[in-house]
Amino acid sequence: MLAEVGRRLLATVPVMGVVAIAVFGLLHVVPGDPAVIIAGDYATAEDVARIRSKLGLDRPFLTQVEIWLSSVVHGDLGTSIFSGLPVATLIKQRAEATVALTVLAMLISIGVGVPLGVLAAWRQGSWIDRIVMVLAVSGFSMPVFWLGFVLVYAFAISVPWLPVQGFQPLAGGVWAFLRHLILPAVTLSVVYMALIARMTRASMLGVLGEDYIRTGFAKGLSPSRVLLRHALKNASLPVVTVIGLGVALLIGGAVVTESVFALPGLGRLTVDAIVRRDYPVIQGVILVVSAAYVLINLVVDLLYVVLDPRIRF
Amino acid sequence: MSQLSRRHFLTGTAAAAAALTVRAPSVHAQKRDSTVRFVPQADLKVLDPIWTTAYITRNHGYLVYDTLFGTDEQLRVKPQMVETWSVAARGLRWSFRLRDGLRWHDGQPVVAEDAVESIKRWGRRDPLGKLLLAHTAKLAPVDRKTFALELAQPFALVLDALGKPSSNVPFIMPARVAATPDTEQIKELVGSGPFRFVKDEWQPGYQVVYVRNPDYVPRRDAPSGSTGAKKVAVERVVWRYIPDAATAAAALEAGEVDWWELPPVDFMPRIEANPALTTFILDPRGTQGWIRPNHLQPPFDRKAARQALLYMVDQRQYLQGVIGQPRYYRTCAALFSCGGPWESTAGAPPGQDLAKAAGLVKASGYDGRPVVALDATDIPLVHGAALVARELMTQIGFTVDLQAMDWSTVVARRAKKDPPAQGGWNVLFTWWIASDVINPAVHAGVSGGGAGAWFGWPENAEIERLRLEWVRTADRSRQKQLAEQIQRIAYDEVMYIPFGQVVQPTAYRRAMTGVLRFPAPLFWNVSVG
Repeated sequence: MLAEVGRRLLATVPVMGVVAIAVFGLLHVVPGDPAVIIAGDYATAEDVARIRSKLGLDRPFLTQVEIWLSSVVHGDLGTSIFSGLPVATLIKQRAEATVALTVLAMLISIGVGVPLGVLAAWRQGSWIDRIVMVLAVSGFSMPVFWLGFVLVYAFAISVPWLPVQGFQPLAGGVWAFLRHLILPAVTLSVVYMALIARMTRASMLGVLGEDYIRTGFAKGLSPSRVLLRHALKNASLPVVTVIGLGVALLIGGAVVTESVFALPGLGRLTVDAIVRRDYPVIQGVILVVSAAYVLINLVVDLLYVVLDPRIRF
Repeated sequence: MSQLSRRHFLTGTAAAAAALTVRAPSVHAQKRDSTVRFVPQADLKVLDPIWTTAYITRNHGYLVYDTLFGTDEQLRVKPQMVETWSVAARGLRWSFRLRDGLRWHDGQPVVAEDAVESIKRWGRRDPLGKLLLAHTAKLAPVDRKTFALELAQPFALVLDALGKPSSNVPFIMPARVAATPDTEQIKELVGSGPFRFVKDEWQPGYQVVYVRNPDYVPRRDAPSGSTGAKKVAVERVVWRYIPDAATAAAALEAGEVDWWELPPVDFMPRIEANPALTTFILDPRGTQGWIRPNHLQPPFDRKAARQALLYMVDQRQYLQGVIGQPRYYRTCAALFSCGGPWESTAGAPPGQDLAKAAGLVKASGYDGRPVVALDATDIPLVHGAALVARELMTQIGFTVDLQAMDWSTVVARRAKKDPPAQGGWNVLFTWWIASDVINPAVHAGVSGGGAGAWFGWPENAEIERLRLEWVRTADRSRQKQLAEQIQRIAYDEVMYIPFGQVVQPTAYRRAMTGVLRFPAPLFWNVSVG
C-alpha cells in the first residue's frame, strides 16, 4: 500500500511543478506592481526602483522563477512583501479555519444530501422526489452571500443564538469552535448538499433497476437494508467522486463565506494577497491548495478500493 | 509491486490517524469589559508607519509609538514627548528637551539619540520631512535628554513638521530601529506609546491585538487630538478586520464589536435608529475628492482642455452621486480644505458652465482620440466620481474610455508616464484627508515640480517658488497671501479639480465613551462598559 501511495505522491511532483510555474508566470502578466504600492504617494521613480531592486522584482523573469523554485524545494515558501511574515506562518494561521469550515460543510452536505438523494430515488416520481428536487434546484440557485446574510439576520440578530462573525480555534473549546462555524458551514454546504442529493438520486436510480435489488426485495429484506446495504454502496462510486471534487471546490469556494462571516481562512488570505499583489503569498497559497487538490484526488482513488473490493491498483 | 486491498487501506489510514497529533495553540483569556473591540477601515498588513503612508499603519502607529509634538482638535501643535523647547538665532537654532519617565516597551529609557535618528529616517521618506532636512544644517543629540536642530536657512514649519498628524507621522523609535534603511521595513516593534503590540496574536487579514503599556507616563494636561494626557482606561484593544460592511454592521448591532471606524454612509440610517449605538465625526474636516488630469499627455497637456474639465464640474452632482446624504458632504472650492487655516475661494471658477467647457474642448484642438480615465471600482468614493465624470466629459465633447480596475491596478498604472495607448492614462480620481492637503507644504496636488510632482506631473516654476517662500515665511499674513496666490495658479493651471469635501462618521456602542476628535482613531481616553 505504502509503495502505491508513494508512487502516486511522486507522480504529483511534476503536476505541482507545472502549477507553480504557471502561477508564477500568470502573476507577472497581471497588471500591478507591489513596489509602487509600497512606495506610496510621494515616492519618486528612484524610490520605486530601489524598492523593486530590494524585492528582487527587477531581475529577469527566469531568474526569479529559479530563486523561488529553489526556495520552495528547500521548504521555504518565502516571505510576505507587506507583512514581512513567512508565507508558511500565514498559511498555518489560516489553515485551521478553512479546513474546519470545509470539513463541517462537507459533513453537513453528505449527512443531508445523501439521505435526501436515496429517499428521492426510492420514491421516484412521488411528491417526496419532487420536493427533494425543488430543494436541490433552490440550493444550486441560491447565492451564497445572500443565504449567509439571511442566516445571520435570523440566527444572530433576530434570535441571538449564534455569533455574527469570527472564529475560535478548537483549542478554545469545542462548543465555542462549533458556534462560530455553524452558520458559515450551513451557508457553504447548501450548494454541495444539492449537488450530492442530485448525484445520489441519479446513481441510485441506475442501481435500483438492477436484478439483485429485485432479488433482495423478493427475499423479503427490509427496504432500508436493500437501499443502504446493497443499493447505496454500489451507487456510491460516482457520489464519492463528486464529494472528492466538492471538497476541492469547497477549499477554493470558501472565500465568499469567509468574507461574509469574517473567518480568517485561506480564501481571504489569497484574495487579500491578490489585491495587493503580494506575490509570495499568492504563490505559496496556490501551491498548497493545489497540493491539497492532488491529495484529495488520491484519497478518492483509494476510497474506491474500500467501496468496491473488485477494484485493485 | 504489492497490490493495495481494502484491508491494507483501512489498516494504513487507522495507523496514520493515530499518528496525527494536533498541538493546541494557546488562547488568551481576557476580561470582556476591559477590551475595546474595533473594526478598522482596512487590514493592517504593514507595521512600519514610516515605510508606508497607509492610514491603517498610521493608526497603528498612534497606539504603539509616541510623538515629540501632537496636534489638538484645533490643529494647534503642542508638546508630547518634549518637555521644553527653545528657539534662538532668529528661528535658526532649536533645542528640545524630552520629558521625564519616557521608556521603551523593553524598559530602556528614551534618549535624545532616538529622537534624532527617528527624525532622520522619517525625513528621508515624508515630503514635509524632506523639506525640513533640506533646510537643516545639523541635527544631533546634546545630552541624553536634549537634542539640537540647526537650520541652514529659515524654515517656518519646524513644529508643524514634528507634530504632523497624518502620514507619515514622525513617530519616535529606538535609535537602533530607526537606523533601518527607509526602503526596508523595521524588524523590531518597540515603541514608547501607551499600548504594546502583541505580535503573537497578530493575524494579518483578521486580528491585531494591543495591550496597555503599564509603564507609560501620561502628560498632565487634558487630552485633545493627539496632545495631552494619553490615559489608557482599557487593558486590551482588539482590531477585528471585517471586510464586508453588512457583517460589520451586524456585529456592531449584536454587540460583538464596540466600535466600527468607517461605516459606509448607506448604513447610517439603520445605525442611528438603534438606541444602543451612536455616531460621531472623528475628523470634521473630512476628505477631499480629486479629479486629476495628466499634464504630460494630450489632450490635457493643453491648458484649455484642463480648463474644460474645471468648468464641467458641479460639485453637488458628484457629491450627490457619491454620498447622497447632504449632511455628510459639503461643496468646497478651497484647495487647502474648508475648515482649515488657509481656506480661500481665490481663483475658483464661479460654477459649472457646460457651454463654456464644450467651447474650451474645441479651442484646445482635441482630436477625438479616447481619453483614458482610470476607474477604481472597489473604492465607492472614486468609482462614483468616475461615473459622473464620464457622463459630463461625454457631454462636453470628449470621447471617454473609462477603464474599470481595482485600486491596486490604479496605483501601479498612475505611475506610468507613457501615452494612454501604451499603458498610461489621461484622468484619475482619488481622495485625500484634509490633514494631507491642509497647507501648501503638505499638499501634493499643488506641486508644480514636473517629473518630481505627484502623478499627473504638472510643471510650474512660479508655484514652486511660492511654496518654498511659504515654508520659509513665519509671518502668518504673508503666508495667507502666498497660499491664495498658490491656489490661484493651481486653479488657473488646473492642477486638479476638487469634487467636494465629505465627512465619514464613525459608529460605536453607547456603552463606550471618551472618543477623541482627530483624523485617526485614538484609543487612550476610551472606556467601555
